[in-house]
Amino acid sequence: MSLMVSAIGQGLLWAVLGVGLFLTFRILDFADMTVEGTFPLGAATAVAAISNGMNPILATLLAFIAGAAAGLITGLLYTKGHIPILLAGILVMTACYSVNLRVMSGRSNVSLLGKETLFKSHFLASLPHYFDSVVLGAGVMIIVTTLVIYFLQTELGQGFIATGDNQTMARSLGINTDNMKIMGLMVSNGLIAFGGALVAQNNGYADVNMGIGIIVIALASIIIGEVAFGDLTLNQRLVAVTLGSILYRFVLLIVLKLGFNATDLNLVSSVVLALCMMLPVFKNVLNFKHILKRGLDTND
Amino acid sequence: MTKPLLELKDVVLKVNRNTPEEIMILDHLNLTINAGDFITVLGSNGAGKSTLFNAIGGDLSIDSGQILLNGKDIAHESVEKRTRFLARVFQDPKLGTAPRMNVAENLLLAERRGQHRGLRPRHLNKQLDRYRELTATMHNGLDSRLTTATGNLSGGQRQALSFLMATLKRPEILLLDEHTAALDPQTSQDLMHLTNERVQQEKLTCLMITHHLEDALTYGNRLIVLHHGQVTFDVAGEAKAALTTEKLYSFFADIE
Repeated sequence: MSLMVSAIGQGLLWAVLGVGLFLTFRILDFADMTVEGTFPLGAATAVAAISNGMNPILATLLAFIAGAAAGLITGLLYTKGHIPILLAGILVMTACYSVNLRVMSGRSNVSLLGKETLFKSHFLASLPHYFDSVVLGAGVMIIVTTLVIYFLQTELGQGFIATGDNQTMARSLGINTDNMKIMGLMVSNGLIAFGGALVAQNNGYADVNMGIGIIVIALASIIIGEVAFGDLTLNQRLVAVTLGSILYRFVLLIVLKLGFNATDLNLVSSVVLALCMMLPVFKNVLNFKHILKRGLDTND
Repeated sequence: MTKPLLELKDVVLKVNRNTPEEIMILDHLNLTINAGDFITVLGSNGAGKSTLFNAIGGDLSIDSGQILLNGKDIAHESVEKRTRFLARVFQDPKLGTAPRMNVAENLLLAERRGQHRGLRPRHLNKQLDRYRELTATMHNGLDSRLTTATGNLSGGQRQALSFLMATLKRPEILLLDEHTAALDPQTSQDLMHLTNERVQQEKLTCLMITHHLEDALTYGNRLIVLHHGQVTFDVAGEAKAALTTEKLYSFFADIE
């Protein structure tokens, strides 16, 4: 039972990554590698700030700003520097590695032992084990998802969606598509760094290598949510990301129960994601419906 | 009616600048467009018709010359800025609408063409009745598909929607780049009638590229021919009304 609660808590805490990546991967329609650098950047920023006596809430918000700044750089390289988005993301991700070591004073792992964190507030600390991350994660996801849904329904948000949908048309309607992409990358990476700050406080440390495979985890929440819930509206899909993130944690739980090591999880995550993304192909190749029909149709 | 709205003066536009393959697409082109003109634009492939539109729209920057709107040089304004007075319909139905957004959402986007977009809620539901009436004027079933993603519409419906979007917020200049060319003959004729009706009603100033000589003769009050990046033929009013396809064919034979 506590394993289930833990999985739900982890799913909720990590879900903000999925929502962040949704803005670039699903709406702007490109894969942004920056997130592999901004996740540990957020963790490092929050941990360093807390270690220096900053209030954990402010430190978490500072992590958002740090992530947004990294997103701004990727956006400028991509739109003004005409560097392909994949490479622009990899450049900033690589640069972040050095920055993160600087932020953590040259150490590859900084502990929060004995320091204040979001999880040590009176209310959260009074909850049963693992329920702290469920409550905090749920609170964060309700606020973040509501804000994103509201934003997408504004005039600016509609211009943002149109940019990812049809750039030529967006420009011909006076939408500054460069600014929209930069804004998307900033908010997206801000959210990812924010997620990094949450996870670091939950784990009790920041590690310079904690960004490896982050894009796969964030994608998994998005894709699993979509595969599990089928045809949805845009708003419903954003909610499905959170549910996808929880389902993904259950998958990991099962994999661990099957006897895999925690170190195998990156391999497992990639396989799960690849399978989910290939589902439409399998459906066509295996032609489920046709086989089913033939089995049922006696006149044939 | 004869006040110059848009003037192109000595416009030069080159591609592959500073390379051995440099080509002058617009060669000291001069054109004065008066308010209320409905101009059909003819010319062979490579004559510079689309480039002319891209120069007016700002997608391509000109090398020298002036583009004056009401006397003010706009040659260095961005594409986004020019959309305040300019609307376009492209040849490819895919280019004019956002495929994953529905018909009503596309209309709402178009209604704010060239205006500031802030964090105000979009208030889409309030507009639905008005959009239903508007789309009903297209007589192609769009009004019953307001909540359909435009990617699921037929090419004809999409192109009619693109046209409606371009005229929803009245543009000072409307550029139609072979906007009926990708459609089947009947749908193409329907959209052409509709275009003419709307341009006349709203007294729009419009440039329309076409390869259809009959359309070029039937519609509009003025006809120009582009050749090697210059306006080589420019007739209006009665002189245009007196033109026939035979005369146009022989004209084209002469300049080639």
